[in-house]
Amino acid sequence: MNTLLWVVLPYVVLAIFVFGHLWRYRYDQFGWTTRSSELYERRLLRIGSPLFHVGILFVLLGHVAGLVVPQRWTQWLGVSETGYHWAAIVLGTLAGVCTLGGLALLIYRRRTVGPVFMATTRNDKLMYLLLAVTLLLGLGTTVISNVLGEYDYRRTVSPWFRSIFLLHPEGDLMAGAPPTFHLHVLAAFALFAVWPFTRLVHMLTAPLGYLTRPYIVYRSRAGAPGDPARARPPAADARRGF
Amino acid sequence: MRVMTQLAMVMNLDKCIGCHTCSVTCKQVWTNRAGTEYVWFNNVETRPGQGYPRRYEDQDRWKGGWETDRRGRLRLRAGGRFKKLATIFANPLMPNIRDYYEPWTYDYDTLFTAPEQEHTPVARPRSLISGRPMKVEWSANWDDDLAGDPSPDPVLQSVSEQVKLEFEKTFMFFLPRICEHCLNPSCVASCPSGALYKRSEDGIVLVDQDRCRGWRMCVTGCPYKKVYFNHRTGKAEKCTFCFPRVEVGIPTICAETCVGRLRYIGPVLYDADRVAGAAAVPDERDLVEAQKSVLLDPEDPAVQEAARESGVRDDWLEACRRSPVHKLIFEYGVALPLHPEYRTMPMVWYIPPLSPVVDALGRTGHDGEDAGNLFGAIDALRIPVDYLAGLFTAGDPAPVREVLRKLAAMRSHMREVNLGRVPDPAVSASVGMTPPLIESMYRLLAIAEYGDRYVIPLADPDQGPGSEELNTGCGLDFAGGPGMDGPFGEASGRPRPVAVENFHALRHRQDTDELGEPPGRRPARRVNLLNWDGKGLPEGLFPPRSRSRDDS
Ligand code: SF4
Ligand code: SF4
Repeated sequence: MNTLLWVVLPYVVLAIFVFGHLWRYRYDQFGWTTRSSELYERRLLRIGSPLFHVGILFVLLGHVAGLVVPQRWTQWLGVSETGYHWAAIVLGTLAGVCTLGGLALLIYRRRTVGPVFMATTRNDKLMYLLLAVTLLLGLGTTVISNVLGEYDYRRTVSPWFRSIFLLHPEGDLMAGAPPTFHLHVLAAFALFAVWPFTRLVHMLTAPLGYLTRPYIVYRSRAGAPGDPARARPPAADARRGF
Repeated sequence: MRVMTQLAMVMNLDKCIGCHTCSVTCKQVWTNRAGTEYVWFNNVETRPGQGYPRRYEDQDRWKGGWETDRRGRLRLRAGGRFKKLATIFANPLMPNIRDYYEPWTYDYDTLFTAPEQEHTPVARPRSLISGRPMKVEWSANWDDDLAGDPSPDPVLQSVSEQVKLEFEKTFMFFLPRICEHCLNPSCVASCPSGALYKRSEDGIVLVDQDRCRGWRMCVTGCPYKKVYFNHRTGKAEKCTFCFPRVEVGIPTICAETCVGRLRYIGPVLYDADRVAGAAAVPDERDLVEAQKSVLLDPEDPAVQEAARESGVRDDWLEACRRSPVHKLIFEYGVALPLHPEYRTMPMVWYIPPLSPVVDALGRTGHDGEDAGNLFGAIDALRIPVDYLAGLFTAGDPAPVREVLRKLAAMRSHMREVNLGRVPDPAVSASVGMTPPLIESMYRLLAIAEYGDRYVIPLADPDQGPGSEELNTGCGLDFAGGPGMDGPFGEASGRPRPVAVENFHALRHRQDTDELGEPPGRRPARRVNLLNWDGKGLPEGLFPPRSRSRDDS
């Protein structure tokens, strides 16, 4: 059972995440979008959306710091255990609350603003549900394990996380963690498994290239003589070019 | 020098009757789909008026286009790259659906299903956005024919203090607008994903629907508000200059169907290396001249040489020499760009209307075709001239006055000709033209043939009927239509191809008297109904009948 949950499942989810994205990138460029609803409503979005997005970026950073960076490294850097602990609690809770607050506002907006609700697909609803559950459990984990009773996840959960990517999975480490961690991780698995098939894909195409490219983009008409695109299957650039 | 070609348009505003035919045909072809109900790639505004979306010209509010910074360099008015990325989660400067208008339909079904009753049943308006019954309060041309109060017009407000126009004394004309296919497009510069691009062969600015991720910065970036967000697909869309049509040499739908025959299409040559410099001239009032200086003279042998080196084909060069657009801008000097002060170098040019002046003159009981009267009125009537200057020359009345004087000279010159009198050469000389030049301008503006109004070289030299297939999406690709619906709802997945030969066939049908299919063409696999002009039954319009039904 433990092997199934903490060794097999992670790889299955990882495979779905990676190949799902590859497949979607290959076959559904047109569906790859944020599908913004700003056109319908702006007042709530202007508060909720940045709150959520900035919050979640910090949550991401926090996970990188907690899961990817081994304890040895922070010790070597001279960060004391209590210092690290407090930073994790304060920043983690703050980011978590921002994210959840933003999400709550956005979900409220989705439900109450008519046009936005109309534009919400079943796919979106599932995604919102998984996202909210994962975040709630995540924040709960932070609070319960850090404040109520201390639990050093950096000796169990983090090594387990790294062991998966090192292709030497140690499921037992995770099996020993408290149930809140289990639930949070399982919810995250579900989220990552549906991720490539929802609008969350927009995260992977965050437009950082904008910072370096020239302002005006020229392109040759696809299919024009002398254009390398001519060799490609029918006019890939010109299609749907409106 | 990096010579590029641009398909440009000129509209002669004196001839626009505000019939909206162009808007409707454009909408039928391009934005007749779910998600684009509120979108008009072509719209016709009554000026003075607020425009569509409401007060889009107020750049203090919408921050479209470019500006120069303290050191004289060009920068996006809405903020540069870092600011764009920092505000990507909620674009603060994007117009709301209410700034355009909330599209609606009518609940026609009640007309059929209502039980017998004393009062006639009514079809109530229903919002196409929320599906609820709604009160219709605003639309894309709500203040058509000055039905609304023109005083919120941003151009009018900037013109002078005497803007309190008395309603009866006011003047009015129509301004049809499409995307300007700018030389220095701020929409392209604003797109974080690099999905918008300008085609180097014909200058058409397009959105790559596969690369657009829905960040909406282009909507803010365009000062003319001519990029729209499709709220169903989550992608930006804009006027395409009907590229599938112009690629095979036929004009855009709006030009083709224009009732006033006031649109001209032709290529111009420009130096891509000089665009940024010209757009950054310090004084706004120099922008018209700067913009003209970027365009190159196709008769100049040095330009021809450079153009060939840059890969411009001979048939395009020849078309540039015959281009009505180039003639109207340079030879006759009557076309001006719309809002050059946005510094995007717009490539749809306008011949400002003389009619407000003629109308004003007519009201005073003077002869509106007499050169002396007209010249005097152009100099005396400040409000129309200043207003036109606010639209076309960043507020400088001199070029507008010059154009209006040319139009006035043409008017009185041609009246003399029509009355069989000898026109006074002093009239044409006073606007720096000769009688033959004035007469050729008259021919182009008043009675030009199809082939003179539209000089559109083929995109592909060896493109003959049936030689190539082009994927352009199809009119049936609306939600629920047969073309669309991938696994992720609305329009995901791959589009179906539409054949370029359909457009060739259309052109053939347009200049032929026969009905039905042109001879010797291989049968089309499918017919795009939007291109069917009602003549005959093109093959493939109906699926082949099954034999058994034939026999019975
Ligand atoms: S007018 Fe057209 S080309 Fe110019 S900025 Fe707007 S959308 Fe871009
Ligand atoms: S079809 Fe021609 S005349 Fe009619 S509104 Fe459009 S531009 Fe004006």
